[in-house]
Amino acid sequence: MRSRFQQGLDDLKEKLLRMGGLAEQAIDRATEAYRSRDSKFCQMVLTGESAINEAERDIDELALDLLAMQQPMAVDLRFILAVLKINADLERVGDQAVNIAQRVLDLISEPEIELPVDIPRMADAVSTMVQRALESFLDGKAEVAEAVLQMDGIVDRMKDEAFVVLVQKMTGDCSCTRQALDVLLIARALERIADHATNIAEDVIFWVRGADVRHGGAHYRE
Amino acid sequence: MGVGIEVRGLNAWYGKNQSLHSIDMTMPANHVTAVIGPSGCGKSTFVRCLNRMHETIPEARAEGSVKVGDMDVYGSGSDPVEVRRRIGMVFQKPNPFPTMSIFDNVAAGLKLNGFRNRKQLQELVERSLRLAALWDEVKDHLHKKSGASLSGGQQQRLCIARALAVEPEVLLMDEPASALDPISTSKIEELIFQLKQHYTVVIVTHNMQQAARVAELTGFFLMGSLIEYDKTEKIFTTPADKRTEDYITGRFG
Amino acid sequence: MRNSSPPVTPKVSLWRRFANHGATAFATLAAVLVLLPLLAIFAYLLMKGAGSINWAFLTQTPKPPGEVGGGMANAIVGTGLILCVASVIGVPLGIGSGIYLAEYGRNRFGDLIRFTADVLNGVPSIVIGIAAYALIVVRQKHFSAFSGGVALGIMMVPTVARTTEEMLLMVPNVIREAAYGLGIPRWRTTLSITLRTASAGVITGCMLAFARVAGETAPLLFTAFGNQFWNLRLNQPTAALSLQVFTYAISPYEDWHKQAWAGALILILLIVGAVAAVRIVTTRGRLKGA
Repeated sequence: MRSRFQQGLDDLKEKLLRMGGLAEQAIDRATEAYRSRDSKFCQMVLTGESAINEAERDIDELALDLLAMQQPMAVDLRFILAVLKINADLERVGDQAVNIAQRVLDLISEPEIELPVDIPRMADAVSTMVQRALESFLDGKAEVAEAVLQMDGIVDRMKDEAFVVLVQKMTGDCSCTRQALDVLLIARALERIADHATNIAEDVIFWVRGADVRHGGAHYRE
Repeated sequence: MGVGIEVRGLNAWYGKNQSLHSIDMTMPANHVTAVIGPSGCGKSTFVRCLNRMHETIPEARAEGSVKVGDMDVYGSGSDPVEVRRRIGMVFQKPNPFPTMSIFDNVAAGLKLNGFRNRKQLQELVERSLRLAALWDEVKDHLHKKSGASLSGGQQQRLCIARALAVEPEVLLMDEPASALDPISTSKIEELIFQLKQHYTVVIVTHNMQQAARVAELTGFFLMGSLIEYDKTEKIFTTPADKRTEDYITGRFG
Repeated sequence: MRNSSPPVTPKVSLWRRFANHGATAFATLAAVLVLLPLLAIFAYLLMKGAGSINWAFLTQTPKPPGEVGGGMANAIVGTGLILCVASVIGVPLGIGSGIYLAEYGRNRFGDLIRFTADVLNGVPSIVIGIAAYALIVVRQKHFSAFSGGVALGIMMVPTVARTTEEMLLMVPNVIREAAYGLGIPRWRTTLSITLRTASAGVITGCMLAFARVAGETAPLLFTAFGNQFWNLRLNQPTAALSLQVFTYAISPYEDWHKQAWAGALILILLIVGAVAAVRIVTTRGRLKGA
């Protein structure tokens, strides 16, 4: 067996999972910041951003080297392609966590308003999606990835409900427009994270099964 | 113009050892088909059965149906010599006739089959050398230099020209570039790509990247059986059989 | 750099150098020792015989015993005639057998042929002569150049056959396969491709056989028999240089002794000349790089 190559593949997997851990951590901290209205969590998210970006560069470089030097085929090739795409998605997740942290900082600077939107519940769902997606990557299990695809609909609905409620609040008689807008943006960021988790799941299915399940269909090579 | 090749139930033996097990394969006209597999899997044997070269080895025999265009290669009354005239072959190690000039090498297949018209011979030799992308390099030395005085890559192109001169419909290539340096290899690969306009090409290769570069269809052989046969892109990105995948990802062979 | 000490050129050990030079010297000495007798013979022949070579020697037939003068013209021509017959018999048969042995005879029967050829090679030349005498001369009731040629031809066959076989076997099989792949039938491949590729070696084999039989005397004793006069007919006894040299050498006449030396010298020169001529002709036809 080409042990150098196998070593490279294992390295790549480990690095990506570690980056996933950082992304999950960023989501959790941003959620905690919202819950506790404590700016120190926001700071942690902001400072943790650079680690995620560095990990992205690192993984891209390793993947490029493996492609050039080892001429991978079939499943190995699909794996590296999947890693490259998941890499990009995780970096975007990090970005969205930063967005959330920035909105929370803004919320903290304004008076606290009671809003009928359960952000923590939505964040939990999203966090679970990311976690399961990364799990499916770790184990190479397409069924776990498929479960993630199912959850995307739920989060979409949550975001749509929040949208309706918050628009109502803003157009009604309320001096809370700013806070409502912040929460809306947080909801949107969470929904985007869920989309990225879905992408990760689709990439895992591509790697494991060779099927392109993006955009709602299942496309196998003729 | 090339013709298609249809193989049904091809079996082959070396003495008592069966080296090919009931191969079914259809190679379409004007396409390049690659045959890959680990050492000893029967890929060379398979190709040599297509033009009845297999039986030139003592105690070797083959049975089954091979149809090249309208020619039934193993039909009763089929003449192996005639079969080989219509199916050309290029071998792994370039093998120009050492005592003959470049011109004589290319013309050998024609001359030794009774072709006499000098003017037509010259035209055919030039045409073949052009097809093999060798004309410009040798046109000034056609009669003076021997076939063996060329470089390895040139020799192989000479052998290709020689095979093309008898105007076959099919060209079989048994690892044609394995003895060559990368630049000669890429010239040969480029050539194969051009050749498929006029001929049907079957190429045996142990270099998977080469199969990926030149062939539209690829067949994976293992221990004398055809395991998987499909479009090259499919074989190399999402092979259907695990054994195919293990081979092309380098897990064995 | 692993260490920082200056590079050291490894020295060949004294013993190794001694062994190298010693082996080279030994090989050279062996070659010289082999050539020495040849050169000595040639020099001696030149010394003893060159003086007697003159125009008369080369153009006249022998004078009756006791008379001075005359030459070996008829013997020179006779040798040529006999060798022609021998070559016409020996070369095609030899090459043909060689082709059979190489291309079709990798079996028991072929081994038998090979064995027979090797035995034939070892049969004393006088025995071959006697055989030719019994089979041809007795039947025809006269000596002849033809029977002499047959005897010599038979002697050529084993050498030509074995050399041809070896040379053909040395042609790589990929060359044959290339020809088969072009749709060239087997017999054509053997003749036009394989034999042609091996031609240099085959010709050398023929030359070796030729040179060997050219100087044979014993077989001609009972077949060509010799002749004092001109003869260009194959069915008559014919003079030959080797026979003539033999007859003159054992005679009591001083003049004939001198002519014997000259005859021997001429014979050697003819053989060398023939081999050289063939070499030149075949080399000229060879291509650049072949």
